Parts: sequence; structure tokens; C-alpha cells
Amino acid sequence: MKDLIRKLVEAYGPPGQEDEVRALVRAEIESLADRLEVSPLGGLHAVINAGGGTKVMLAAHLDEIGVIVSHIDERGFARFQGLGGLNVRTLVGHRVRFPGGAVGIIGIEEDPDRSRLRLNRLYLDFGVSSAADCPVRVGESGAFDRPFTQLGHRLVAKSMDDRIGVAVLIETMRQLKKTPHEVQFAFTVQEEVGLRGAATSAYGLDPDVGIAVDVTRAGDTPHALKLAVDLGKGPAIKVRDARMISDPRIVDLMVRRAEEAKIPYQLEVLEGGTTDAAAIQLTRAGVPAGCLSIPCRYIHTPSEMVDLRDVEQAVKLLRRILERPIVL
Amino acid sequence: MAEARLPTARVRAAHLERLRSLTEAQGVSGDEGAVRKLVQAAIEGQADTVRTDSMGNLLVTRKGAGRARLRVLCAAHMDEVGLMVTAIDNEGYLRVEAVGGLDVDTLPGKLIWVGADRVAGVIGAKPVHLTKDDEDRRTISIDSIRIDIGAGSKDAAQSRVRVGDRATFATHFERLGRTIRAKALDDRLGVATLIELVLNPPAGIELLAAFTVQEEVGLRGARVAAYSLDPDLALALDCTPARDLPSWDGSENTSYNARLNAGPALYVSDGSTLSDPRLVRHFEETADEHRIRYQIRQPGGGGTDAGAIHLTREGIPSLSISVPARYLHSPASIASLADWRATVRLVYAGLSRLPGRWKRSR
Repeated sequence: MKDLIRKLVEAYGPPGQEDEVRALVRAEIESLADRLEVSPLGGLHAVINAGGGTKVMLAAHLDEIGVIVSHIDERGFARFQGLGGLNVRTLVGHRVRFPGGAVGIIGIEEDPDRSRLRLNRLYLDFGVSSAADCPVRVGESGAFDRPFTQLGHRLVAKSMDDRIGVAVLIETMRQLKKTPHEVQFAFTVQEEVGLRGAATSAYGLDPDVGIAVDVTRAGDTPHALKLAVDLGKGPAIKVRDARMISDPRIVDLMVRRAEEAKIPYQLEVLEGGTTDAAAIQLTRAGVPAGCLSIPCRYIHTPSEMVDLRDVEQAVKLLRRILERPIVL
Repeated sequence: MAEARLPTARVRAAHLERLRSLTEAQGVSGDEGAVRKLVQAAIEGQADTVRTDSMGNLLVTRKGAGRARLRVLCAAHMDEVGLMVTAIDNEGYLRVEAVGGLDVDTLPGKLIWVGADRVAGVIGAKPVHLTKDDEDRRTISIDSIRIDIGAGSKDAAQSRVRVGDRATFATHFERLGRTIRAKALDDRLGVATLIELVLNPPAGIELLAAFTVQEEVGLRGARVAAYSLDPDLALALDCTPARDLPSWDGSENTSYNARLNAGPALYVSDGSTLSDPRLVRHFEETADEHRIRYQIRQPGGGGTDAGAIHLTREGIPSLSISVPARYLHSPASIASLADWRATVRLVYAGLSRLPGRWKRSR
């Protein structure tokens, strides 16, 4: 699974530019799906056992946070806006890669007043001296450039959010031998700019149950957020976040299946942030929805860290849920 | 495919007359009837179907020459920002609420038309020689704004104005050489573009023209229009701020949004939509081929009807194309006639050569 993860996290895919990641995923799962389709906005839907009992939509998003060039000045420095929630404090010095291969370094204007740290004071330096030599143009998107690293059980990469969810879906699809359900693996787009692809994918797939697989924050670092989620203690079953209260029946089902199979799990109550499940829940006449989270440190930085054991347990739990009846 | 004959780059008297009537009409969000009537009159007898939906959107369809391979929604919003009367004071002054995004600090002293009968009024301002010390530095709240219609009493005011009446800036249309000055260029320029498309529909598509309502208060009309029209793809035709003004301190202006006289502004990313990259490329190539100057609107915040449209049903690939204009959402905006004509030409040319493979499977 590690090779799959490495391949996925090193791919380029800011919101709206998911083609490269979609092609990677497609190559991995093409032979496993009964039906494969690309949605009008670019989401990839892989359906197995079509027409089976309960229609279960599993969603993981292909996109990662990125930047988009908004201006190029006379000396060839580029200004940019965020695609998704950028943490301005962590940006300076990072490298951003563009589809043509250009790499820019994020710099910051000198200003002794640190309270004025704003995105509009940052710029991209492509190592050129004039606008004419700048290798990117206004409107081009870039993503962080950072190789995958392993530290013991921990995996570190720029886009664990949410390529780790994508990897969990792919692995679940591979391991799932038999299911009574129609399982809809939805690799969604534009999550980081507002859960947009999940809303349209859910409309198209019209599921009976929706489960997102995404990262959640961890509370196990020095002076951390107050959050009872640790790395390595199992996947987190979301109870609520800023925009969704999980369907309690889905929470109960996940807990029951985890306990039956002695799969470690944690319960997650997240104050900030949300996932595709929030959009799925409000689709059409409403969809019972929940989320299985992979605990992750340093979300939305170039070094997002997860624990491989949590990832493997998440696959196990999803398999268990899908192989057995789903009665709400 | 036959070579598309583009709409003229020249500005005709009829164009100016249409822009005059459209921009002088009152159409504050939720009260777009006067604009709708003008549009209906302009397209009379030319469309395949015309209907007004439950929200007040005017939905018009017309097939171009040849086989219609794609159903393409083009949306332009009829509404404009403005004011709504919320109460009438005992002395006959009108209290108001803003409808859509207005800079309240700029309101005092402005001439106003209230209600369908265009009752003339002015927003009161304290004479500058009577203001004290720091009074002029305070920001103004909408609660302190009053429209004076010269009534003198509540009864006299009530005989001419009702609570709920909309009010707009009393701005007459003017042509200033190669530019125009008017209120509500956002988005009557888009409406004017869309009227031309209905009168002269691009070949190879079924044009689904939506003259939408309530864009300025949250893209509300477009949402239901897109649901009912269910197109293969969509364009939002709007107007975007040109803030390409020199900085007061001489530093480089790095956030101008768009530039006047630099041609139609293609959106890549705003606060509500990531444009479909294929559509952006398609219109860039079209512009290059026809030597139409265009610009990329600076990625940033803001939103157009595309924000609601592209999330409709299972998703609709969308793009916004805007005419740049100075001082939007104020009593008087300025737009370049060349930018507007170039926008009409680009939209027409791009729609005339859309590849049939973009048909959505259903």
C-alpha cells in the first residue's frame, strides 16, 4: 500500500486540476469496477455490484490545496491567491510546482510588523528577472513540491489530505471480495474550495448512505488543539464537525463493526473543518452520512503526517462495513 | 463547419439606445420586472420559446443554424444593487436597507429614484462647513441613511412611497466618446450581450438564454434556472470591476481585478467557481484565432451566476466572461464600448465552434 500512497501523494492536483490524479486512480481500479464514469466536473465514479441492496457512496477527494497566480510584476515575481485554506505562517520558503515543470519559491516582503502577515505580502520567485521570462501566467495553478517520506510507522507528504483517503478507497476496492451492496467509490473534485464536487457526485449517484474518507486533525502534539484524536490509535469515526452532525445510525454502525472485529477506533468531535460528507448529507432529499477519518498532523502544510497503521485499520473497517448488511 | 460571421465591432445607434433604456430601467434585486419587459420587447417574435419562471427569471430558447449538438446556458442577471425602503419617519424621511453590496460611506449626497414612479429624492448629507472635528472621518452606518423626497410629513411621503419600494441611483446614461457612463452596467451589459445572442444565435447549439434575477443577493435566480434548463454547459455573462488605477504612493498595483480596454475578462477562479479549464482554453483559442484582445480576470474572491449554475444537479461545466467596468455598485460606472463589443464577438465566436463531444451523457 505504501507504493500506492507514494505515487498518489506526489502527484499534482490542486482544486479544478485533478486530471493527473484521476488518471492515476483510474489505472489502479479500471479492472475492478463494473461501471466507471467521469462526472461533468471531473469526479471519477467506480461502481461495483450495481443494483445491489443498499447504495453506499464512499467519497475521497482527489484535490489538494494549491495556489493560483494572480499577477506577474515587471521583475518576474508572481503574486498568488490560495486554492483552499492556506496557512500563511507556514508558506514562506516552500516550493510550488506548476504543471509545465516550473518551480517557484515562496518569499515574503520585508515588514518589521509581523501582525501584518497576509497572503498578499507573499510572492513566488521563479529565479527570473523579468516578466517576459516568468515561466507561468496569470490563472495558472500550482501545488506544493515535496517528496514523500517515511518516519517509522508515520508517513509524511504534502497531500495526505486527501490522497490517503483515495488510497484507502482503492485498497478497500481491491480487498473487497463480496458485498451485498452497490458500492459507489467516488473520487471527488474541488473539496478544498467548498465540497463542490461531492455535492454534484452525490446528486448523480443518488446513494442511500454516504461515507466520506478524509483526514482529521490530531490532538497529540505539544500545546495541541483540544481534540481526543491521536495518531496510531485507529481511524476516527466522526461524530460531528463544523458543518455536519453525522447520522447517529452511521456512527453506531461503524462502532459496532469496529468492536465486532476488534478494530481500534476513536470518536472524533472536530470544531473546525469539514468533509465531503457534509455536502453528501444535504443532497436531493437528504442522505444519511458519516465520515471515517484518518488522524493527521500538520494539515494544510507541505508535511502532513499520518500513521500507516491507522490507514490499514481504516481499510479493514470499511471492508467489514461493506461485507455485512447495512440496516439503519 | 461554416465560418461564423461575427457580430459587428462597431457601435451602432441602436446599441446605444438599448444600453440607455436597459441601464436607466430600475431593477433592484427581487423587482426586475421593468428590465424583463425591455428584454421581452427586444426579443419579441425572435425566440423559439419564452417563459417567465416562478422566481421571475426570463428563460428564452433559440436554436442556431444547423444541428444543435449542445444545449448551452448563457446567463446574464437583470438585477442591480440598490436600496429598499424599510420605514417612513414622522418627518417624511425614508429609512432604507441596502440590497446587494453597496459602499454605504459613498451614499450621502446621491440623487435617488424611489419606486416604480421614480419619485425623486436625495440622500441627506450634513454640509461640510457644519461638520465638526473628526465627524467626517467616521464610517457611516446604513441605519443613519435617510432619503429626503421633500415630503415634509409622513402622510405626504406615504402618498408617494410605500415600505418595500426599491430605490436606485438617479443616473442618466451618457456616452463619453469611447466609453459609457451609467448605473447598473453590472449587469445590463451582460443582458445586452445576451439579447444579441438571442437575435443572432450561434450555429450548432441550442441557446438557453437565462435573464436571471437576484444575482446580487446570492445567485438565487440562476440556481433554479440552471435546474430547469439542465444544459450541457454554461456561460455567465457578467461585468467585473476594473480597478487598474495608479496607486497613490506610486507602487505597483498588483490587485486590479481587471483592466479597462483590455478586452473581455475570462475567469479562471473566483470565490464561487473554478471555471472548467477546457472552456477557458476554448475561449482563449477562439480569441487568438479571431484576434480579439482578452484578459484573464485576476483569480480572487467575488462570484457570478456560474457559482450557482456549476453545482446544479450532477454538475455543469461553466465559465464566466465579463466586461470590465470601473466603479461598479456605485451611482455611475464607466465601461469601454470596445470591451463590450469584443465581448459580444468573443462569446458569439466561441459558442459557434463548440465541440459536440462536450455533450453530457444522461
